[in-house]
Amino acid sequence: MVENGIGARTKRKEDARFLTGKGTYTDDINRPHQTHGVFVRSPHAHARIKKIKADKALKAPGVIAVLTGADMVADKVNSLPCGWLIHSKDGSPMVEPPHIPLAPDKARHVGDHVALVVAETRNQARDAAELVEVDYEPLKAVVRVGDADKPGAPLVHDQAKNNICYDWHLGDKAAVDEAFKKAAHVTKLDLINSRLIPNAIEPRSAIAEYDSANERYTLYTASQNPHVIRLLMGAFVLGIPEHKLRVVSPDVGGGFGSKIPHYAEEAILTWASKKVGRPIKWTAERSESFLSDTHGRDHVSHVELALDKDGKFLGLRVATKAAMGAYLSTFASAIPTYLYGTLLAGVYTTPAVYVEVKALFTHTAPVDALRGAGRPEACYLLERLVERAAWETKTDPVELRRKNVIPKSAMPYQTPVALQYDCGDFVKNLDDAAKAIGWASFANRREESKKRGMLRGIGVSHYIEACGIAPSAVVGALGGRAGLYESAEVRFHPTGSVTVFTGSHPHGQSNETTFAQIVASKLGVPIENVEIVHGDTDRVPFGMGTYGSRSIAVGGSALVKAIDKVIAKGKKIAAHQLEASEADIEFKDGVFRVAGTDKQKAIGEIALSAYVPHNFPHETTEPGLDESAFYDPKNFTFPSGCHICELEVDPDTGKVAILRFVAVDDFGNIINPMIVEGQVHGGVTHGIGQALTEACVYDAESGQLLTGSMMDYCMPKADDVPSFEVATNVVPCTHNPLGVKGCGEAGTIGSAAAVINALLSALAPLGVKEFDMPASSHRVWQAIQNASRKAAD
Amino acid sequence: MYSFAYHRPASLKDAAATFKKGSESRFVAGGHTLLPSMKLRLVHPSDLVDLGGVAELKGIKADGGTVVVGATTPHADVARDAKVAKAIPALAKLAGGIGDPQVRNRGTIGGSLANSDPAADYPAAVLGLGATIKTDRREIKADDYFKGLFETALGDGEIITSVSFPVPEKSGYAKFANPASRYAIVGVFVAKTKDGVRVAVTGAGPCAFRHKEMEKALAASFKPDAVAGIKVKADGLNSDIHASAEYRAHLVTVMAKRAVAACG
Repeated sequence: MVENGIGARTKRKEDARFLTGKGTYTDDINRPHQTHGVFVRSPHAHARIKKIKADKALKAPGVIAVLTGADMVADKVNSLPCGWLIHSKDGSPMVEPPHIPLAPDKARHVGDHVALVVAETRNQARDAAELVEVDYEPLKAVVRVGDADKPGAPLVHDQAKNNICYDWHLGDKAAVDEAFKKAAHVTKLDLINSRLIPNAIEPRSAIAEYDSANERYTLYTASQNPHVIRLLMGAFVLGIPEHKLRVVSPDVGGGFGSKIPHYAEEAILTWASKKVGRPIKWTAERSESFLSDTHGRDHVSHVELALDKDGKFLGLRVATKAAMGAYLSTFASAIPTYLYGTLLAGVYTTPAVYVEVKALFTHTAPVDALRGAGRPEACYLLERLVERAAWETKTDPVELRRKNVIPKSAMPYQTPVALQYDCGDFVKNLDDAAKAIGWASFANRREESKKRGMLRGIGVSHYIEACGIAPSAVVGALGGRAGLYESAEVRFHPTGSVTVFTGSHPHGQSNETTFAQIVASKLGVPIENVEIVHGDTDRVPFGMGTYGSRSIAVGGSALVKAIDKVIAKGKKIAAHQLEASEADIEFKDGVFRVAGTDKQKAIGEIALSAYVPHNFPHETTEPGLDESAFYDPKNFTFPSGCHICELEVDPDTGKVAILRFVAVDDFGNIINPMIVEGQVHGGVTHGIGQALTEACVYDAESGQLLTGSMMDYCMPKADDVPSFEVATNVVPCTHNPLGVKGCGEAGTIGSAAAVINALLSALAPLGVKEFDMPASSHRVWQAIQNASRKAAD
Repeated sequence: MYSFAYHRPASLKDAAATFKKGSESRFVAGGHTLLPSMKLRLVHPSDLVDLGGVAELKGIKADGGTVVVGATTPHADVARDAKVAKAIPALAKLAGGIGDPQVRNRGTIGGSLANSDPAADYPAAVLGLGATIKTDRREIKADDYFKGLFETALGDGEIITSVSFPVPEKSGYAKFANPASRYAIVGVFVAKTKDGVRVAVTGAGPCAFRHKEMEKALAASFKPDAVAGIKVKADGLNSDIHASAEYRAHLVTVMAKRAVAACG
């Protein structure tokens, strides 16, 4: 057994540089002759841009250029593309309005890009940006997704009638209608899934430069997927071929999905760098991040569940309005459809499911992936509904779930909404979590709280998610405009060290450690001798990046495939040197051995001979030990789990305190339990953030962002969460070589519903039945007041 | 941030003189409100006069009857000062609950009072204890100091030098913090002094104010129950995305109860 191999709680290789401030983020990079860019952003949610006067700005000290949408149009710069084509119910393709990176005619959200000012220093650019005179004609805005398709609502894009981007559906409507006819009980619920702002700790940042000698561009950008940016910006927006464009994403300080999209700033800076002939650097200020990073969630849904007299689920009907914001961001269209509708069977045997999703434009920042992307929305809706059904039918919530859970014996399980789950033990997840929290003895704890004047509640959320979107052929058939494989190259060096080049691109996921652990286990090389290289299109093979909890499941699998090729080649070399047949060579713990003998060669010796091929099977084998692989998964992976939250509400103030949080998760095999626990802690905190504290608030009339700073947008803090009780229930994935499933989003997907279900359990004695996130003290107190007023009437 | 001239005088006299010379001078102590506003380009001082170099403004003194806190004394010093903890434990507790450790080690009592943010903690203690604000020109009684939203009795260029707190018989502070900023949505400071009971509220209104009805009730019976039934009117109270005026009004009563309970 190798030290620090698969399964070890290896300390993170990244920590030495990250914890001592030695990381290299985009803003740490400075290029010779660099200039600084500052964006003039729209102060209006919706306004016609009548005229832009830049003469004063151009005369300001240090100013090099002021560029506008008109310049982009003159240069024939194209629209930012959307990566997934969704078709409406009637077969028509979604409406894809143009999105020229600098708005040429209209500003469509507060923070929309109107001009770029380039100057010698950042402060000079900021000063000059204030001198750019933009003549706006303010127009009425539509801000709330629930209002966007109402007759007479202001249009975000003239092409999109009633602001509808698409009107999509999935499932068998007739079967669902039939199920509701047979129902003994129907539970209905109206829900809002609140809009969130991702707030990665590192703001977005980019430096673009043009090398006129080689006619080549380089873009440094804080991105989760540099190859995707190169492809989208090069091929679709600016018309730069791959060999003339390098995209580098160095260390990236968090993303949560907000660094997936190809942003306007990247294209504007790259285009402008050639115009000004010097590198241009831009780093978002925190207020800019709030306004211009893609936001997440923002759904309004009506949902109905049909049950028979025994509490078996017969059918589920879901109607959702999902905000796209002002423009279609890179993966925006896929999130409330193929990452949401397909998850609505959940862990249950519900035979008929029908979901309709209307995607609507609003005069707000674009909405795209945010940790879980679609799956938290699905889980929240379903688990709120199931809890409500339990309450209405006076059934224990755990019992009702147990009655409807897909049994392990039913695997693989085809859901009525396209997905086929390969494996999972949902009953065990539920039972383990219920046991860990002490489900059966909750009543005693509630009594104890009551004595102290507190309201105690308990809530369950039983989730499944789909990670590592795949396979590419299916993605393509569903409208995806990309492949969703991953790449890896394993370069075994002559003296025994290894460099791995991966298309995955961690921004907090610790892949430099876990990928090295895979190499250590499979090749018997100490992790100190393994370097993981990522984030540079000139260095790593074409790959799709890190999001959707895909790195281990897809990138890790590509790595294993490349490692297998190294081993296979090593066997050929060893067989030659040990004068044995290749079939007789075994490889274990870094040693090639002729089976049943003591004849052996260490992998380091084999590597050296691959590069110094004196004694080498030249007839059959090329020198070198450097192998590449691409891996296209056969299916999604399906992590699942059960979260149970126990909390107390102070009825005097409405303050919610989470007392305990149990998470039992199935992530398949685990490479590094310490890192997985960290991901669960962070993910659950993210979900608790949505449930209790976070919410993006725009003024409904003006479209001004009211939560535009950390003073008003409440990120969860360490003292908002308890010490988590986490456990895993390992059911290895059946279709990838490591048996892994992914863990980065699970905590967020499962947790919010558990918290709100617990809150409603606490407030049930007061008659509170409805609640939308966030459960801020004020909103909880208000709900208590409303319920007591109702009771008094 | 726009450019500005920076000065760090060593004496109070120099500070006042330097201030006068600038066209739009501002004093800076901890800078917790001023610097973020400057970074956001919302304010544009011509001159920043840093009071951090004036030694006489910093420090804590206590005799039998009063605790005197120098204007540039950071919150953390007040929170961990043994003399304060002994004489007015509620004041130490209040200082220890402002912001976070970074804020407490930079932010100062003088800065907090000069700015008079409606949600700041210190105004509750100053008003609740009937403190005296000493400046380079005069002494101002707490009851005369808070005038309105970010508005105080300070004149242009007037420098707070120290705050003198009379030691009460007992006192207590209860704060309901804004979850995002940790400022007070409502904070209530209650003190039983030789001149009577004082109840001061911060966070709820445009500036800190006293609640006379509660003071009367507590003078009759200094117990949490004495204020429990007092309904605070929402009229004129602050309302924002974090808390409506009605919620703040309700919290004033709850926090008053808790502040009395905290008096021990």
